[in-house]
Amino acid sequence: MKILKPAAAVLLAVSLGLSGAASAKDLTIGLRAEPTAMDPHFHNLGPNNSMSMHMYSSLILPDEKQRLHPGLATSWKAINPLTWEFKLRKGVKFHDGSPFTADDVIFTFKRAPDVEGSPSSFAIYTKGKTLKKIDDYTLHISTEQPYPLMPNDVSTIYIISSEKGTGAKTADYNSGKAAVGTGPFKFKEYVPGDRIVLERNEDYWGPKPEWTKVTFKPIKSDPSRVAALLAGDLDVIEVVPTVDIERLKKEPKLALSQGVSNRVIYLHIDHQRDASPFVKAKDGSAIKNPLKDKRVREAISKAISRDLIVEKVMEGVAIKAGQLLPEGFFGRSAILKPVEYDPKGAKKLLTEAGFPNGFKITIHGPNDRYINDSKIAEAVGQMLTRLGIETEVVTMPRSVYFKRASRGGPDGTPEFSFILVGWGSGTGEPSSALKALLHTYDKAKGFGTANRGRYSNPVVDKMIEDALAEVDDTKRAALLAKATETALEDFGIIPLHYQVNTWGARKGLKYKARTDERTLAHEIFSQ
Amino acid sequence: MSVFIIRRLLQSLLVVVVMSWIVFFGVNVVGDPVDTLINPESDQAEIEATIKRFGLDKPIHIQYLYFVENAFKGDLGKSFIFGEPALKLIAQRMPATMELAVASLLMSVIIGIPLGVYAGLRPDSKISKTIMAGSILGFSLPSFWVGLMFIMVFAVMLGWLPATGRGDTVDLLGVPVSFLTWDGLSHMFLPALNLALFKFSFVIRLTRAGTKEAIHQDYIKFARAKGLSNNRVVLVHLMKNILIPIVTVIGLEFGNTIAFSVVTETVFAWPGMGKLLIDSIQLLDRPVVVAYLMMIVLIFIVINLLVDILYSILDPRVRVRDIKA
Repeated sequence: MKILKPAAAVLLAVSLGLSGAASAKDLTIGLRAEPTAMDPHFHNLGPNNSMSMHMYSSLILPDEKQRLHPGLATSWKAINPLTWEFKLRKGVKFHDGSPFTADDVIFTFKRAPDVEGSPSSFAIYTKGKTLKKIDDYTLHISTEQPYPLMPNDVSTIYIISSEKGTGAKTADYNSGKAAVGTGPFKFKEYVPGDRIVLERNEDYWGPKPEWTKVTFKPIKSDPSRVAALLAGDLDVIEVVPTVDIERLKKEPKLALSQGVSNRVIYLHIDHQRDASPFVKAKDGSAIKNPLKDKRVREAISKAISRDLIVEKVMEGVAIKAGQLLPEGFFGRSAILKPVEYDPKGAKKLLTEAGFPNGFKITIHGPNDRYINDSKIAEAVGQMLTRLGIETEVVTMPRSVYFKRASRGGPDGTPEFSFILVGWGSGTGEPSSALKALLHTYDKAKGFGTANRGRYSNPVVDKMIEDALAEVDDTKRAALLAKATETALEDFGIIPLHYQVNTWGARKGLKYKARTDERTLAHEIFSQ
Repeated sequence: MSVFIIRRLLQSLLVVVVMSWIVFFGVNVVGDPVDTLINPESDQAEIEATIKRFGLDKPIHIQYLYFVENAFKGDLGKSFIFGEPALKLIAQRMPATMELAVASLLMSVIIGIPLGVYAGLRPDSKISKTIMAGSILGFSLPSFWVGLMFIMVFAVMLGWLPATGRGDTVDLLGVPVSFLTWDGLSHMFLPALNLALFKFSFVIRLTRAGTKEAIHQDYIKFARAKGLSNNRVVLVHLMKNILIPIVTVIGLEFGNTIAFSVVTETVFAWPGMGKLLIDSIQLLDRPVVVAYLMMIVLIFIVINLLVDILYSILDPRVRVRDIKA
């Protein structure tokens, strides 16, 4: 033992010395959801796009509040209502040393919508756009209709090298062979299910990240991810579960960062059917759908105490919502406020509508999609039952829920009458939510995709369509705000709260919470 | 023996076919993965294109026929989520699960059998009672809870071992294994122990029961009367006779461990097949679930065969019976 002690001390010193030197530049991040590929155009979904932002820059980069900043394009403007001009950054090099030019952008836009076996393609951002190279560093993108969301769409396409990308399949990106971009980090290693390792790109065109090596570890189980952070195995974790937040705040070794997201949790209501399948009279007999009466919808909204949901169910980690996006976003309404809890007013409205004793309803919701989703549904159920609307709560896994909620009924109509669901506005402005949730369902034009209540109001439709064709930002913001006000004063949906996301890190690290819920290593800094 | 094996294989084939029906149609009834995989901002045209890309627009029995046709070519389909062949995904994750399963098996046998024999030989001693009480805990504590406790105690509070994940790997005959590196071993210890706990208690109980029964048999008394050393009596005469039920149970448990170490792999973020299975089930990645369960059926068939063969080595009576049959 006596001999061992000095040896152990040396060993300890060496290992501490090594890890001390290494940890200054190394970063290990625990992810909740794992990207499904290293191919930036394989799967258009949060975890993949978040990983792509490390390796591949786009022409326009969204900051932590989804405001757009120059990326590989230094400037952009609409030169006429149908054509946008992008000036590209000069002197940018891909990870393999080859120069970045307009040809790479054109190549990327051709490949992005057309990847074999893609579970969700980027076609939604590239379709209807024609790219024309003016010179190596000037690009025109034109559409057939005026299209103000051009910069938002362009910001979602991660630029790959035309040289390395020609003929490359998703497997070539996963192996690293074709994984060549212009982003702040380079591909090093990808072991599915275990880790993704990136190296700093020393020739990055933007501010150089602090970390020379970043390792991402997917740890899906919430308690395990928190424990690994506490144990010091991880430097940063995303999605700290709400139940642990209070405890972790007191932990001297850790620092949390929190921020509101672009995701609103809301209730959608059957506006269409005269006999809605999950609405019954108190005695169980069929009734004419009371939800079509605006007074009933308003009563439901007033009967829900958003303060209570935020305080008790969300443990204070949420912000009550009165519209589609939280403060700070473009195109928000200045007048809409969260509906106040008013049980008397609700009762009065219900009586006026001819339901003094209420009716029976079932609320359906997912139980593994949003933070505390099933608990929120239960809380809503209790509050409505107190009002007299006897509410049954049914929650299910999202793999079952979303299909049924969107097209589980006859002829692909929504199956449920009253649902809890959430919407994150990927574009960072309300047209995303307006178009999908509140515009009349229109398959041909691609409107109302997630309008699972089939809300339909021609006035709102017109305003949304006008906004989507208005290139002038000020006018468009006003149109979007007006459309939101009209739809929500009609209780097209009932917003509950905005989700707040929490990241955990070891003391000394700083991360600005992103509204798009992404975890970016190059935005993590030591203080 | 060969007739027996052929009969066994034919039965297994039937199991494989029925299994493929159950899984294929079962997953389809639950729903399809498109709604969870697609970006919510996609329009209806994009959703339909994706459904088509996965072949989910065709009637289910046609989809099944395609599946069978491809299966005969050795292709069990491409994962909806990863876009890679399902078998490749499973093969990628198999070494991690295998080494965890073997490590836990070794732990349970190496520690479990001696403790069980001891408890059987001296059933009234204090140590034996402690062992038996401990084995009850191993049985009854839920493994996710025990796993989390392990992490809390050994990783968070004491800081001795890493909390999650798999350590450094080296290639052994082209297969990445982690038991050859110190870092790999330290990562493997807790999940292997977690996985071993249940089996360990099982082995102790079986061994103890076997020992208690065998110790009063005539051949043991005779061996002792012959003046054989205690070690020889226990290690040869006793051991050989109590091993048969233990081998059966361990064999089947081993299959279970490989196939369904879901809980341990999830808690410890171990990149093995169990985690792949549970993720695939949650996202309804049908090709992977089907391929996985097909493979598990095969593994069980092989293990059962091996157990039968081991029987005949351990117990001459089985050989004799087979020859007569």
